Amino acid sequence: MSVQDLIRQRFFPHLWCPGCGHGIVLNNLLRVIDAEGYDPYSLCMVSGIGCSSRVSGYVNFHTMHTMHGRALACATGIKLTKPHLKVLVPMGDGDAMAIGGNHFIHACRRNIDLTAIVLNNRIYGMTGGQYSPLSGPGVLATTAPYSSIDNMFDTVKLASGAGASFVARTTAFHVREIQSILKKAIAHKGFSVVEILVGCPTYFGRKNKLGGQVELMEHYRDSTVPIGSKKLEENPHLIQRGIFVEEERAEYCAEYARIIERAVKEQ
Amino acid sequence: MSKKERNISFVQGNEACVRGALYAGVKFFAGYPITPSTEIAEQLARELPRIGGSFIQMEDEIASMCAVCGASLAGSKAMTATSGPGFSLKQEAIGYAVMAEIPCVVVNVQRAGPSTGLPTKAAQGDVNQARWGTHGDHSIIAMTASGIQDVFNVTIEAFNFAETYRTPVILLFDEVVGHMREKLVIPPQGELPVVERLKTSVKVGVNYHPYLPREDGRLPMSDYGGEHRFHVTGLYHNIWGFPTENPDESHRLLRHLVDKLENRAHLLARWKEHHLEDAESVLISYGSSARSALHHVEGCRAKGHRHGLLELQTLWPFPKQLVREKTARARHVFVVEMNMGQITSQVKAVVDDPDNVFLINRLDGSLVTPSDIESIIRVVEGRGV
Repeated sequence: MSVQDLIRQRFFPHLWCPGCGHGIVLNNLLRVIDAEGYDPYSLCMVSGIGCSSRVSGYVNFHTMHTMHGRALACATGIKLTKPHLKVLVPMGDGDAMAIGGNHFIHACRRNIDLTAIVLNNRIYGMTGGQYSPLSGPGVLATTAPYSSIDNMFDTVKLASGAGASFVARTTAFHVREIQSILKKAIAHKGFSVVEILVGCPTYFGRKNKLGGQVELMEHYRDSTVPIGSKKLEENPHLIQRGIFVEEERAEYCAEYARIIERAVKEQ
Repeated sequence: MSKKERNISFVQGNEACVRGALYAGVKFFAGYPITPSTEIAEQLARELPRIGGSFIQMEDEIASMCAVCGASLAGSKAMTATSGPGFSLKQEAIGYAVMAEIPCVVVNVQRAGPSTGLPTKAAQGDVNQARWGTHGDHSIIAMTASGIQDVFNVTIEAFNFAETYRTPVILLFDEVVGHMREKLVIPPQGELPVVERLKTSVKVGVNYHPYLPREDGRLPMSDYGGEHRFHVTGLYHNIWGFPTENPDESHRLLRHLVDKLENRAHLLARWKEHHLEDAESVLISYGSSARSALHHVEGCRAKGHRHGLLELQTLWPFPKQLVREKTARARHVFVVEMNMGQITSQVKAVVDDPDNVFLINRLDGSLVTPSDIESIIRVVEGRGV
């Protein structure tokens, strides 16, 4: 099987803007699936609304393009019904952390075996550049013309605190790292969260005078370091990349299977 | 035969709903605690794992409805249950189920609203919300019942309609029916018809179109995790399930979503009638208020007044033809309901003389009583106050 067999080729070229980081993530996700030899019939992708959510239309798996923020809740229903499916849930920062924030923390808490991929471009792209809960103070956006005063979530801390058993972060610049992290995240038995910092040159880059995708890629190269890097001593504002949490914990569907066993026996 | 062998029990409406759902083959429930529907979740939490099904208490009402959509597409007959505030929150995903044509059943055990309202009191104020709660043009099936045996039967019908027409079906019960107890007789499995999911006959490796109708108009399904990979979206879509902005395809989709139910209103109509043959005054009612209406009608008959009752079990699509027929010879039509006239306005719209249609209601959280009904009918009929 080749990567071509994993996509719906008739829908390409994709709808993302030139320079958008989402295509890089899709590319690397497909390479991981190909390399690991996953049967596409065993894969399900559930997405919400926004630029990132259009990933589900391009992959030739069982796919469900749902409502804004609701992908994890829909995916929970699928996973409980068909626990053998590998369920991948790509989400944008607004989709996952604002309108879908409640579903996100509770999916973490349940530790249900889904792979949440948060494509964080720090902006609502599909609607034209409004600030998101991951924009942070000082960011310019169409709804923050004087700059945003909203504090941001730290996806890694939020997911770890809420109980996800696999939590990682990387960027669209670090493609090999995307592959090594996604490989582990998909194989992980439990709720995995992979935050990938991606550039949105059209809105975030342009509004904040950060340049095009090349400059945004350089920005992610220079503003991030591996977990625990010595560079943090000089500059504590650097963003850490890598796997923050990787633990074996009781997984929701496996636990529910035991409930079924008990209920059947005790009748 | 012992009572157990005949499967007779004395149960609440909410439990009868659970029994009906299990009879119909429900395998998945997602919900959130809310009065007065909670017993449905509690009992399914116990029953579903016993049959290898799944119960999950989600983080909120929105998530419950979303999980139901996911589970149904993965192949399970799925349902949720709620009351007014939760029904409001579920509207987004109910719209998704309408658009993506996902079979599922949504129970709303009504309380008085708006907002938190009267959580433990009776009302029937969500009739129009069931019809128009989610945005955009669409059609929906909504059913109700006034007694425990009917709750059981109507719940099975709701699942059957959901599967037949690939649509969410709303069960609009109310607090009185949900919590009162009556005798329930559960017939042996197989005695009442149960519609199983229509699976596609498209072979493995052949393209499956989730929205390509058969000759009879039905849309066969495949399951996530099954033999076909397919796409589902809340966007306007083509027969492949992929987004479209093509005007012809968009028009066709919307007409299909509306026509598939509105054109079959006569097939979807379920009702009961009492003493309608020679009735001069026809009462129309549904849910718990129909019990009071029936009490009134039977009392009148004993006194020689020719009153009759049409009890609606299908509220949406509104059974226009049925209501026209049954009221054609009536001098007066009285609609008994616990709201400001949500079904009354439908009745007025279909009869020849809307000025002869009168609303008898109560809005204080109390069940409308036979004497409430009697006092208004006396005035209208000119029999004094």
